[in-house]
This record gives sequence, C-alpha cells and structure tokens, in this order.
Amino acid sequence: MHPFFKAREPGQSTSKEKADKIDKDSKPTRKHIPWVEKYRPRTVDDVAHQDEVVSVLKKSLEGSDLPNLLFYGPPGTGKTSTILAASRSLFGHEMMKTRVLELNASDERGINVVREKVKNFAQHSASGTTPDGKPCPPFKIVILDEADSMTSAAQAALRRTMEKESKTTRFCLICNYVSRIIEPIASRCAKFRFKPLAEEILCNRLKDICDKENISYEEEALKALMYTSEGDLRKAITYLQSASRLKGEESISKQDIYEIAGVIDDGVIDNLIKVCRSNSYEKVEKEVKEVIFAGHSASQIIGQLHDKIVQLEDLGDKQKSVICEKLAVVDKCLMDGADEYIQLMALLSIMMKQMSL
Amino acid sequence: MCLLRELYGSGVEKLRIEQHNFTTPSNKKLEISTISSNYHIEVNPSDVGIQDRVVIQELIKTVAQVNQLDSSQRDFKVVILTEVDKLTKDAQHALRRTMEKYMATCRLILCCNSTSKVIPAIRSRCLGIRVAAPTVEEITQVLQNICKKEGLTLPVELARRIADKSQRNIRRAILMCEACRVQQYPFSADQEVSLPDWELFLRETANQIIQQQSPRRLLEVRGRIYELLTHLIPPDVIMRGLLQELISNCDGELKTEVVQSAAFFEHRLQLGQKAIFHIEAFIAKFMAIYKRFMEDNIADLF
Ligand SMILES: Nc1ncnc2c1ncn2[C@@H]1O[C@H](COP(=O)(O)OP(=O)(O)OP(=O)(O)O)[C@@H](O)[C@H]1O
Ligand SMILES: [Mg+2]
Repeated sequence: MHPFFKAREPGQSTSKEKADKIDKDSKPTRKHIPWVEKYRPRTVDDVAHQDEVVSVLKKSLEGSDLPNLLFYGPPGTGKTSTILAASRSLFGHEMMKTRVLELNASDERGINVVREKVKNFAQHSASGTTPDGKPCPPFKIVILDEADSMTSAAQAALRRTMEKESKTTRFCLICNYVSRIIEPIASRCAKFRFKPLAEEILCNRLKDICDKENISYEEEALKALMYTSEGDLRKAITYLQSASRLKGEESISKQDIYEIAGVIDDGVIDNLIKVCRSNSYEKVEKEVKEVIFAGHSASQIIGQLHDKIVQLEDLGDKQKSVICEKLAVVDKCLMDGADEYIQLMALLSIMMKQMSL
Repeated sequence: MCLLRELYGSGVEKLRIEQHNFTTPSNKKLEISTISSNYHIEVNPSDVGIQDRVVIQELIKTVAQVNQLDSSQRDFKVVILTEVDKLTKDAQHALRRTMEKYMATCRLILCCNSTSKVIPAIRSRCLGIRVAAPTVEEITQVLQNICKKEGLTLPVELARRIADKSQRNIRRAILMCEACRVQQYPFSADQEVSLPDWELFLRETANQIIQQQSPRRLLEVRGRIYELLTHLIPPDVIMRGLLQELISNCDGELKTEVVQSAAFFEHRLQLGQKAIFHIEAFIAKFMAIYKRFMEDNIADLF
C-alpha cells in the first residue's frame, strides 16, 4: 500500500477512551494514535498561546471554583482540549464520568433534551468529597461543545436552567462563532476568545513533535506549515503527520506540505491572471474549466488570486477595489453553495474588464 | 473500494444493501439505503434532504459503538459518506466531535466534488486528497482498454472524440461509448458521437431564447425547463448548460454582463426552494439584456 494512506491507521481518541481501551485489551496499538490526539494538551498548563484563559482557569482551579464559561474562536485552537484538561484536573479521571456531562453537536440537543437531560444531570447536588473521602469541588460541569449549532430555542431553554442550577452546576459553552450564541446566554458567561496560534508557538510545537517522532524536516517546510495552517494547530499537525508518512525516513520539504495542504501551484494562478489580460472570454473559460477539472477548490483559488491581485503593480487602486469587491461577493456565494464554474467565470470576467481599462 | 480491499482483504466485496430506518425527534420516519460489508458502510446522507443530521448522528454512533468482531486485521471500521458537499451545515456540525471521539473504532472517508462547501472545522479534521479529473488522453486509454477486453476494436480517433465530449468524466465516456456501440458496429472513425438527449434538448431551448425575446417565448421556454426538471436534471446543471449555450451567441461586451446575472440567479437558486423561479428569472433577464443590446446595435446602424 502506498505509504501516504497509512496516515490514518488505527488509533484512539480522547484520553478517556484511550484509557478504557487500554484496560480492556492491552494491544499494542499505541504507535498508531493520530498525533493530534497524542499531543492533545493533558493539563491546562500545556495549552499554548491562550494565556488569558489559562491564567483565569488556573486561578479558579486553585480556588476550586469556576464561573460559567464561553469559549469561542476558530477551529483547532484548543477550546475542547482546554476544558477537558481543566475538568480532568478538577475531578481527576474517575470522577469525570459522574461529574462532567459532555454534549456536542453529534448528540440530539433540541429543547427537550436541554430540559430533561441537562436538568436531570444538574439537579442532584454534588458533594464536596470523592467517594473515597478526598475533597473535591462541590459542583458538576456541563460542557456544551459546538454550541453554535444549537437552535436559539434550545439556547433560550437553557437560560432558566443555567440560573436555577447555578449552585451545583457550571456550564461551559464552546463555539466557533460567538454571534450564534444568543445574548442572554452570552451575558451569563465569562467569555474567552481563543486566538489563532502565533507562528512562533506553532513553530515550537511542531519542532517539539518532530523531535519526539524523530522526523527530519527543512526549515522551509515549517514555514509552509505556518502559512497553510493559518493558526490552526490541528491542521498543522495533521499535515505534518501525513507528510511524514509520505516521506518515511526522508526529510520533509516545502513542496510536500504544499501538496498535502492543497495549495495551488503559483503557475496555475499566474496563468489565470494572464488569460484575463488576453481579454478573450473563450480563453478564460477554457482555463477555468481546466482548473476545476484538476480538482482545485474555488475557495482556494480565489484566496490565492486575492493575494496576487493585491500585489499587481499595473492595476490602479480603483480597479483593484472593484475586483476585490466582486471577490468578496463570490466568496459569500460559494459559501452558500453556489456553482463554482459560474461564480469563477463571473469573477474572472470582471477582472478581464477591469484589466482592459 | 481498492483502498478498502487493501485494508481488509476480499471480505469487503461481500456487499449487501440495507434499509435503515430512523425516527426524527419530531417522530417522522426516515428510510435510507446503505451499501455495506462487515468492515465498511457507504451512505449518501443527502438522500434524505434536510433531515440528514439525524442520519449522521445515529448511523455513525451505531457503527462506531459496535466494535469490529474479528479484530484480527484492523480495529476500526470505515464509514464512507458521499456527496458531503450537499450536507446541511447542521449535519456537518454533527460530524465534528463525533469524528474525534470515535476515532478508535471508526474512520470516515468523505467524498465531495469541492471543498468549498465543507465547513472549516471539518476540513481541519481531515486530510484532503485532491482527485483530479482524468485527462482526455487517459480517458482515451481507458476506453481502448475496455473495448479490448470486450473484444471490440475501437478506432483511436473515435475514442478521442468521445473523450473530448465526455467533460472529463469517465462514467460518461463509457456510457457514450456503449451508446456508439448500439448505434453502429463495427465502429467507424467518423461516426457521430451523440450527446445525451437532455443536452440536445437544452441546446435547443437556448436557441429558442436567442431567436426571440418575448413573454410568449418565455412561457414556452418555461415548459421546456419544467420538463428537464421533472426528468431530475439538477437545476445547477441546467443553469450551467444554459449559460454556456447562451454565451456562445453573445458578443464580448455582453458576455460579462450575462455571466454576472447568471452568477446572481444561481446563487439565489441555491438559497431558495423552487429552482424554476430562479432559472426563469435568469432567462427573462437574459432576454432583456440581449434585446436591449440588439436594439442598440440596430439603432447604431442607421
Ligand atoms: N493552544 C493549543 N495548545 C496545544 N495544542 C493545541 C492547541 N490548540 C490546538 N491544539 C492541538 O489541536 C488539537 C485540536 O484541538 P481542539 O480539539 O481543542 O480544537 P478546538 O478548538 O476544539 O477546535 P473545534 O472548534 O474545531 O472544535 C489538539 O489535539 C492539539 O493537539
Ligand atoms: Mg472542539
């Protein structure tokens, strides 16, 4: 089998399940764990770059109390990891099962569920000691991961519950877009924004993993990873692992990363701009079809086109602004699921017109 | 399929089609058919329209929670979801944490025509593999191989012409080749390669629009579009086909304008419910643009 596909061999997911699994059948599956899970932060201290959250959380951990929390930010910045790590250090591994309720978008979360499940869970008061007598925080945690996919009706139902059960239960909501959370809920929580990870930190993390996994790489490759992952550490790690499977013992180069990340070759983009200059609709159409047939995604194309267009020297500001405006419209339309061919043609025909002015 | 065979051996070829039933929270019954073996299961969740979220939630959980019976080979199952780009945003969200949680027992392979419509949170969890459409040369080659296996002789020129018209789609090329075979055998190098009926129909429709721009013609054209829709030709395919046919009849200046309005209405079409409204609106708009242009030109002549 091609080594490329081995990237996703048997592996395991959250540490909780992993522990379960290893108890049950101690098969040596360890080496196949995807690195994203293998290097998921185990403690709050491990979480990189999100200093604000970490310091607040650590304070609360010392005082054994938590406010209601709302985490938001782009994918792969550590939201889920942070709360899991925090609850682990509060309750320890065993207690987590009884004290933490994790509901995510894969669970049914209509109004009824919020009313029933959350309420039932929250109702029973939690004692301040573990079954074997050690002290522990006297509350439970409900984690609502991916809360932006909850309907606003369900969120509204949550309001009352949150207040009523505030003695025994802390809520932690996690989402990508804070604007999808209704205001009354947001105002009941301490809000934390998870920033995309800074290049330096990404870089250190990746180097760390490379050292531990014995991978050789070129500096350029790391740069490429920074660029393609856009602050999403999970993406960066996934790319890195795929690249290392692809290359085996050899060192990873910039080109490998671009290949895996689906970055389009500069030549292709330059070519698109060139045919726009030719002012021939037929030529543009042929080129667009070619690019789409090659399997490149339209959103990737317009992203890279944008980078190029902003830098073009022979276009006036006015022309650039017209093009960029259209670019924004096209982007939105693509997000809504509009046809790639038609949208790209619309964009390029505007470019064609602007360039021939 | 080939990848799966590599993973599990020939066991995956014992396929069966199953009907799965789900009940939505609002007690609606859903039915979806899946193709599965002991090791994998293939579903097209968009078959059930906007209820796809329920399917994702239930199906993956049941698959993931049942551990592999004979775990001698691999200890995970594979779920193949096709046409992921047609999933609702809701369903995509439902996939997110599930993918992470059940990574121990189940891996997902997501297939889609374009990643533009897949939310970033999912893309961050996957390794993207771009599969480019085959080139004309490759299709020609494939056609010749098939014909050789079938004991037919296929002239290179014909194979190439079929490949040219196949829109780089192998399935389409093979079907067209079969059609040619029915038409005439032995093949001749210059025999006609016929397009699917509906494409000819669409081309004719476009011609009618070019010939005359009037409310009456619009009404006639609407009938034809309805007919295409009732034959389950997807609306975006109709739009794209119409646009290409119409554009080839326009002058340079006009092209930009027409494409803009096509882009506008096709976007609306995706957001809306009734495709016919938007296709018709586009045609009306085109008629207006085209007519104005022609009149201006004639005025210029005198
Ligand atoms: N700040 C961070 N510090 C250390 N590791 C991180 C950090 N952010 C992300 N990671 C890595 O990325 C992986 C995914 O992170 P996590 O699941 O917390 O993302 P998320 O913010 O919940 O994303 P999503 O919005 O898609 O759910 C982790 O397993 C870890 O390896
Ligand atoms: Mg998460």
